[in-house]
Amino acid sequence: MNSEMTGVIVTFIITLLIAFPLGKYIAKVFKGEKTITDFMSPLERLIFRISGIDTTKEMNWKQHMVALLCINGVWLIYAFYVLLFQGSLPLNPDGNPSMAPDLAFNTSISFLVNCNLQHYSGETGLTYLTQLYVITFLQFVSAATGVAAVAVLFRAFAEKTTEKLGNFFVFFTKTITRILLPLSIIVACLLAFNGTPASFDGKDSIVTLQGDSVQVSRGPAAGMIAIKHLGTNGGGWFGANSAHPLENPTYFTNMVEVIAQVILPMALIFAFGFFIRKRKLGYAIFGVMTLGMLTFMIPTMFSELGGNPSFAKIGLHDISAMEGKEVRFGVPASAYWQVMTTIISTGSVNSMHDSSMPLSGAMQMLGMMTNCFYGGKGVGLLNYFIFLIIAVFISGLMVGRTPEFMGRKVEAREMKIAAMIALFHPFLVLVGTAISAYIVTYHPQAAWAVQPGSWLNNPGNHGFSEMLYEYTSSSANNGSGFEGLGDNNIFWNITTGIVMLLGRFIPIIGPVAIAGILAKKKYIPESAGTLQTDTATFGIMTYAVIMILAALAFFPALTLGPIAEFFQL
Amino acid sequence: MKKYLLPSIKLTALMILLCAVLYPLLIAGIAKLAPGQGKGETISLNGKVVGYENIGQKFTADKYFWGRPSAVDYNAAGSAGSNKGPSNPDYLKTVQARIDSFLVHNPGVRKEDIPAEMVTASGSGLDPDISPASAIIQVKRVAAIRNLNENAVMDLVAKHTEAPLLGILGPKKVNVLKLNIDLDKLP
Repeated sequence: MNSEMTGVIVTFIITLLIAFPLGKYIAKVFKGEKTITDFMSPLERLIFRISGIDTTKEMNWKQHMVALLCINGVWLIYAFYVLLFQGSLPLNPDGNPSMAPDLAFNTSISFLVNCNLQHYSGETGLTYLTQLYVITFLQFVSAATGVAAVAVLFRAFAEKTTEKLGNFFVFFTKTITRILLPLSIIVACLLAFNGTPASFDGKDSIVTLQGDSVQVSRGPAAGMIAIKHLGTNGGGWFGANSAHPLENPTYFTNMVEVIAQVILPMALIFAFGFFIRKRKLGYAIFGVMTLGMLTFMIPTMFSELGGNPSFAKIGLHDISAMEGKEVRFGVPASAYWQVMTTIISTGSVNSMHDSSMPLSGAMQMLGMMTNCFYGGKGVGLLNYFIFLIIAVFISGLMVGRTPEFMGRKVEAREMKIAAMIALFHPFLVLVGTAISAYIVTYHPQAAWAVQPGSWLNNPGNHGFSEMLYEYTSSSANNGSGFEGLGDNNIFWNITTGIVMLLGRFIPIIGPVAIAGILAKKKYIPESAGTLQTDTATFGIMTYAVIMILAALAFFPALTLGPIAEFFQL
Repeated sequence: MKKYLLPSIKLTALMILLCAVLYPLLIAGIAKLAPGQGKGETISLNGKVVGYENIGQKFTADKYFWGRPSAVDYNAAGSAGSNKGPSNPDYLKTVQARIDSFLVHNPGVRKEDIPAEMVTASGSGLDPDISPASAIIQVKRVAAIRNLNENAVMDLVAKHTEAPLLGILGPKKVNVLKLNIDLDKLP
């Protein structure tokens, strides 16, 4: 086996080796047991005292959601206004301008909802102040919001019949002080010592060896890049994201970054098993998710390693798909990243997805369309939970028993919520794509900053894929893009802004509501007739539900985009 | 909602202090101990900075080894890939033009031997590296124009070929800027 494939496999193994103990640790943190980070508790007590938060007050699921929406509202208003006036605020050594209102709207939502879609380029679109006080800040708190929401799920199933599901602010704060901040410091140091800048110096001007005058953008990037991955945020400091040689300088940092983005989503699954004292269920969920990951990983590897057949027609023997990729990573590590970043809603890139092969593009989009394998910060598990409920219901019908999950009956109300959430994602993606395709076709001359006629960087089916990808990424809160799309104009800023907002909060509220409702119900002890949810059979059942739902909803659109392009090559 | 508003605002202020003020300052402080003091590692020649170790530079002269095509012309004020799709006819014409130009500048090289990475733009537009194969294919041109022994140039390429991480993980590569700096030093 060559060193590039070995690199990918070793990366995955290290991820597993870190995620498992981390999951145990996270379960302990949310149970309030003793951990090695207890030295943080004076800081936490100080934070709670100043903020006036009574940590002993437990909330029901509705109170949790109100608290979550309330603090998110505060962040949205704060972020929007700071971006709007960043040009006249301090810490702007490169003299970058303030954002236009539509771009500030899009950017503040994008980072608030953990999506990190970027319609600007980091070097020119933000100042150091907004990179840190808005972007980095939101990357911490939006990730912690997702984890705090999933902690409600943990609590709902850990106890028999309960309304009290812990305190949102406690879950949120502890996620930052016990999980995100300590890990970020470690990752940021690894990056800084391997070439990522961390100082506040502005752009440098140099004369190159050949005599050209160029500038080099820099800044306190290392800390931001650490949380961008650990928080599955994905928004880059530089325009080229983690393909940029300062954002991701070596093969080693590439491993660190791709491991950092996967460990917490994986760890949360293990943590779920430990927390509710049903380890086997945690392992079963992990198994299905890994199967899902491989379903997208294997075709992507083959398609990327196969190279671009068009190059053979030109007469090249080496047809490697190196467009949009960096030599220091090579094709396998880029393909591995493409899949991981799309299934877990990070959306950072170390290669340009727009230039990847058609089937890889299809896999990237499917990763975001299913949006539940490992999943983003907490939210992946919440999405998976929806599919789990649907699978329980269908299995119940198949064997002719009342569907039950964890000792609670699943009834009409929960099923309605689950079905709505499962259909909401395709609805947002497909309606958005349809509207944009209509505008490109019938109103190419509309007087926007980028005319619809010049939105697409590539003709034909690939151009359609650019629009489909953008809405898929927005609704899945992923944030990566087929970046050829001319997206910094009022149409894309507003529509994707709305899609991101809905695509974030509805899929958080839905599963938490189901969990809250189930938790209140009478607990039925397991009997011989209970449907076992931690078996391989049920795992396969869940996997089938996910794939069938995704296939039915999205295949027509995929056929018009990447699949048609594949057959033309 | 009202009950949670004031705690939310206060908690927000504290988190800004913790995550956006203290944390980046801590990292900036620690990075002072790193090579390049966290400002990016530079390479100097005769006391003058000629480049950043990790940032690729434009080399168009025949006497230098070339790096990969760039969508931002190697100006690191920004960064971007071409975002061209694999089936785009205009893009394939661009690739064809790069091949033609490479063949004109490298007489004796056959089209089949050109590595794809030399005619495709990198993801960042600032890729500092090429593969050993891409360096070796340029040795003849560089040696001829500098009146150097081909073997001496080949040795230099071998010297600059960086092994995979720990010898087993990832690709081999050659840093073009470092190679060219040492090339200028050859007698």
